[in-house]
Amino acid sequence: MASGVKPRVKVPKKAAAGDSITIKTLISHKMESGQRKDKEGNAIPRSIINRFTCEFNGENVVDVTMEPAISTNPYFEFEAKVPEAGEFKFTWYDDDGSVYEETKAIAIG
Amino acid sequence: MEMTRRDVMAAGAGALLIAGLPVRVSAATEDAIAAFTGGAEIGSGDISLTAPEIAENGNTVPIEVSSDTAASILVLATGNPTPGVAQFNFGPGAASRAASTRIRLAGTQDVVAIAKLEDGSFVQASSTVKVTIGGCGG
Repeated sequence: MASGVKPRVKVPKKAAAGDSITIKTLISHKMESGQRKDKEGNAIPRSIINRFTCEFNGENVVDVTMEPAISTNPYFEFEAKVPEAGEFKFTWYDDDGSVYEETKAIAIG
Repeated sequence: MEMTRRDVMAAGAGALLIAGLPVRVSAATEDAIAAFTGGAEIGSGDISLTAPEIAENGNTVPIEVSSDTAASILVLATGNPTPGVAQFNFGPGAASRAASTRIRLAGTQDVVAIAKLEDGSFVQASSTVKVTIGGCGG
């Protein structure tokens, strides 16, 4: 597992039913591309997060396949529908098999 | 030195190899596009790609893709060692078919976004980004 991986997600605390909201996500990860070389000239092996998904009450919002060309500390911004109160679930999948999860509840009001 | 037929052939093959290199880079892009579209024709239309004209640092270039009717959007950096950047698949919970992120660019190049629309057709948009410092390390 890559060290110091910390997901950060910004979701409004409440929204009107049927509203669309903007979600911002950031996860700290070095996203080693596999293209860089160390001092001895050996290639540093690739180590990235290769997939990110967001679900609302089990319904898929966005599913992103990521390649090494995504910057360090991958950032995503997108919009989601909020038909009812519930929970957003964010999942990041690392190359090394680790999975990072974060959930955010949203209320109607 | 006398050139034998074998020497000439070897020199020719070497020259072809060198000349073939830039072609292979774009071939990788074409392969990635073909894998996404399945060889279908790509038109233009309902897709927009927002990228800066000049990026000082190729390590983090903000881009935004949007389309009103896309089911998924593929982003490619044609001048990178590997052209793939990301593929966004929008589910039923998505309010808009738009997303923004930050990408790495190795140098000045075209960034291409291809959307698969709900009716199964493909549309493409591209944008040239000038990169002052490349983002692939030394």
